[in-house]
Amino acid sequence: MADETTSTEIERYSYDVVVIGAGGSGLRAAIEARSRGLKTAIISKSLFGKAHTVMAEGGAAAAMGNVNPNDNWQVHFRDTMRGGKFLNNPRMAELHAKEAPDRIWELEAWGAVFDRTKDGKISQRNFGGHEYPRLAHVGDRTGLEMIRTLQQRVVALQQADSYEFGDPEARIRVFAETTITRLLKDPAGRIAGAFGYIRDTGKFVLFEAPAVVLATGGIGRTFKVTSNSWEYSGDGHALALLAGAKLMNMEFVQFHPTGMVWPPSVKGILVTESVRGDGGILKNSDGKRFMFDYVPDVFRAQYAETEEEADRWYTDPDHNRRPPELLPRDEVARSINSEIKAGRGTPHGGVYLDIASRRTPEYILTRLPSMHHQFKELADVDITKEPMEIGPTCHYVMGGVEVDPDSAASSVPGLFAVGEVSGGMHGSNRLGGNSLSDLVVFGKRAGDGAADYISALGAARPAVVQADLDTAVTEALAPLRRGEGESPYAVHAELQQRMNDLVGLIRREDEVKTALSDLEKFKERAAIVAAPGERAYNPGWHYAIDLRNMLLVAECVAMAALERQESRGGHTRDDYPGMSPEWRKVNLILSLHGDKIEMVHQPIPSLRPDLLDLFEVSELKKYMTKEELAGHRQAAALEEEH
Amino acid sequence: MGYLAKLRVWRGDAGSGSLQDYKVEVNEGEVVLDVLHRLQATQASDLAIRWNCKAGKCGSCSMEINGMPRLGCMTRMSTFTEVETLTITPMRTFPVIRDLVTDVSFNYAKAREIPSFTPDPSVKPGEFRMRQEDVNRSQEFRKCIECYLCQNTCHVIRDHEENKESFAGPRFLMRIAELEMHPADEADRRDIAQEDFGLGYCNITKCCTEVCPEHIKITDNALIPMKERIAGRKYDPLVWLGSKISMRPKSKGTPAVPGKR
Ligand SMILES: Cc1cc2nc3c(=O)[nH]c(=O)nc-3n(C[C@H](O)[C@H](O)[C@H](O)COP(=O)(O)OP(=O)(O)OC[C@H]3O[C@@H](n4cnc5c(N)ncnc54)[C@H](O)[C@@H]3O)c2cc1C
Ligand code: SF4
Ligand code: SF4
Ligand code: FES
Repeated sequence: MADETTSTEIERYSYDVVVIGAGGSGLRAAIEARSRGLKTAIISKSLFGKAHTVMAEGGAAAAMGNVNPNDNWQVHFRDTMRGGKFLNNPRMAELHAKEAPDRIWELEAWGAVFDRTKDGKISQRNFGGHEYPRLAHVGDRTGLEMIRTLQQRVVALQQADSYEFGDPEARIRVFAETTITRLLKDPAGRIAGAFGYIRDTGKFVLFEAPAVVLATGGIGRTFKVTSNSWEYSGDGHALALLAGAKLMNMEFVQFHPTGMVWPPSVKGILVTESVRGDGGILKNSDGKRFMFDYVPDVFRAQYAETEEEADRWYTDPDHNRRPPELLPRDEVARSINSEIKAGRGTPHGGVYLDIASRRTPEYILTRLPSMHHQFKELADVDITKEPMEIGPTCHYVMGGVEVDPDSAASSVPGLFAVGEVSGGMHGSNRLGGNSLSDLVVFGKRAGDGAADYISALGAARPAVVQADLDTAVTEALAPLRRGEGESPYAVHAELQQRMNDLVGLIRREDEVKTALSDLEKFKERAAIVAAPGERAYNPGWHYAIDLRNMLLVAECVAMAALERQESRGGHTRDDYPGMSPEWRKVNLILSLHGDKIEMVHQPIPSLRPDLLDLFEVSELKKYMTKEELAGHRQAAALEEEH
Repeated sequence: MGYLAKLRVWRGDAGSGSLQDYKVEVNEGEVVLDVLHRLQATQASDLAIRWNCKAGKCGSCSMEINGMPRLGCMTRMSTFTEVETLTITPMRTFPVIRDLVTDVSFNYAKAREIPSFTPDPSVKPGEFRMRQEDVNRSQEFRKCIECYLCQNTCHVIRDHEENKESFAGPRFLMRIAELEMHPADEADRRDIAQEDFGLGYCNITKCCTEVCPEHIKITDNALIPMKERIAGRKYDPLVWLGSKISMRPKSKGTPAVPGKR
């Protein structure tokens, strides 16, 4: 038995492209790479079809203009930049807004069955921060539809190979329940492969490949209260750092305003924003619809000031302004937090989200079936009759691998990143619905990016260095070899609690500093965790291995949160409550040197004049310095004011 | 509020295994998966459980609780009394990998044999027009989270390993129905539903429908209508042609995709 447990034997495979992650972005990237004729592997920690994307509810944002013909890519671009408080990489936001409709239509051609408009087109729904109804959706299970469609597309490609080669896995193969723990490079610093273990058997596996696409999703498991699944231990973020790539915007973590708060065991599970898009409102324990008190100046012009106007908007959006419940998520989450802090929360420490008093049971059941099911089964609450109790939950990380917008390439040759693990697209705050569309837009681009890289590479393939492989094996075996040590479960749980308390929705210098010094202690404990048992499907071992990644990510988040002395989007500093035009010009970039994380300030790319001109100067001046606006078509207006 | 629940959990691997007794703390509002996680964290760190979303959305945590096929994350502890012993075992129809985790590759193999969505190639992306009424049925079936609880339950394969070769199970017969009822699909899977995927084995006991956590009416809305379509075709091939015409081969339906199991 001892031999089995410590065996260093490695299964080897050779591919052109290895995609790590089988969510929306990974599958889309793999489909593209395979369509470009490359031999492609898809690797996933979970079973095929179960990646985190399956949980997405509300929809995918694409300016198809099916419901409101005034919508177009420029409007979508503007909304995305506003939502991200102008910290977004403008090129990414532009590509995203332009290409999202094609990517959604393509899904339909691959078998996705979206909800329909009266004239038979794809229906689109309202969501926070989107000026027009823009989210293609299927009830409140859009992520399931996306992942199933892409999964079935992969199967269709395999069927084509069955006919052509007699082998469905000739050119695209899924390695499910397989975890990558290290990326490997050649001596010249180019990607050469990926190393990991197969969960079922515990055996090691090496994928030799010149191109690796990271599509590993987010980091939510680093926080206690989260809507994210166990997969979200920040593996891709950590793998990228360890391979020498750079992370950006890690201080920006989105706390979704509406997570379940009761019972305790489901605390954090998401309540979709569609509840508000479809008419739900937020109330405090005094029964007051409080969001009207929290509309910030930068959004004043677009949001209703009275309940009457807000209510008229659902049926007549052209002549009324939006209800403040549909402000971007960071605003709503902070407002809820303030209400709870002021003592106007519900018995279980949330606020009320009420759709029961506003829509008929039939409407609620067709528009929000999963929410009805979720509350009924998990909390004994009938949302057609009673309000829900909700509060903020850690939901999405805007930060991620710094990539080239057009090709998704990182700074390491052969390494690409896409989906939630990549950074830049969403700036300081992501709009709901913009992730699912991000996945398919940049998924395709990453597949193309990898294919182009490989053609440029020619015949010479980067080779793995044996010593690196040995190190990876030793590292992975360590927790199993330690006879006794701390339980990885305990370290996980405490780390999550600390991050939640100290680097959560609202941050303060002293608390973040405490978090950073605590992290040092966690690192020491992580170094001695032990996982008794065998290699095959041993969750204790898996947890022990995940800790390295969670700790690296936690440190990046805390470091950047301490550095940025302003509040913007998914980063709120109690001690620096305002937004600063000077800080807007800065991206915080993190990289790993030895075992030390280094952080530098990097200027953000400037907005091209034609993109700048899509906004009124009166809006831009709330975010930007005068010098930055010198090229704007209305720059003269700025001068006159002074 | 909290109490100690008596759990009897199957531990073992493909070779052998047995039920083991544990006592685990339970708190208000918890589901079976919470309690299994506490068991992992406090007493059995290597207990193998497959799960992912813990919100009933991914279909990973299928298991048998007191013999009933269920999702661990959607089964509340309050559905049991505090004194009863909960017996938790892996799905019986699939081979065990370890503890509560089974090898569900059978399902992926079947999925790969069903001819994929086949639209009219002249319709460009963005040009599809379908009415909501016409997609409702396919949408109901697409709610499937692939938990395979229906597959696990269906008696045709639950106790008959030998039938697995010729029977795809309710989930995949429903997939065929979904494609057949898709207004933009042009293939004809009726022959293969019967001949390659074993629709004839189904004697409409509805056990699959009963365990479906998505409350999909598998038998009434997918299996029985498929049987009717096939009966109709055998009787008069023109009856069920409906709006699907262009790609349809004259005599035979679309063939199954050759598999590699
Ligand atoms: C409850 C919920 C609802 C949401 N609703 C919406 C919505 O309505 N609209 C929207 O736009 N967005 C929504 N989001 C956000 C969106 O779902 C995610 O951002 C998106 O799905 C991420 O997709 P991805 O492709 O980046 O990765 P994922 O789908 O998360 O997939 C990650 C993949 O990487 C694999 N992986 C990770 N680490 C490793 C490793 N070390 N080795 C091998 N494989 C690994 C995982 O197994 C998995 O297959 C929601 C999120 C949540 C949690
Ligand atoms: S109805 Fe048919 S498929 Fe469903 S359990 Fe019964 S025999 Fe099996
Ligand atoms: S049809 Fe229902 S029971 Fe069967 S796999 Fe799908 S969700 Fe599970
Ligand atoms: S863990 Fe996803 S359905 Fe239970």
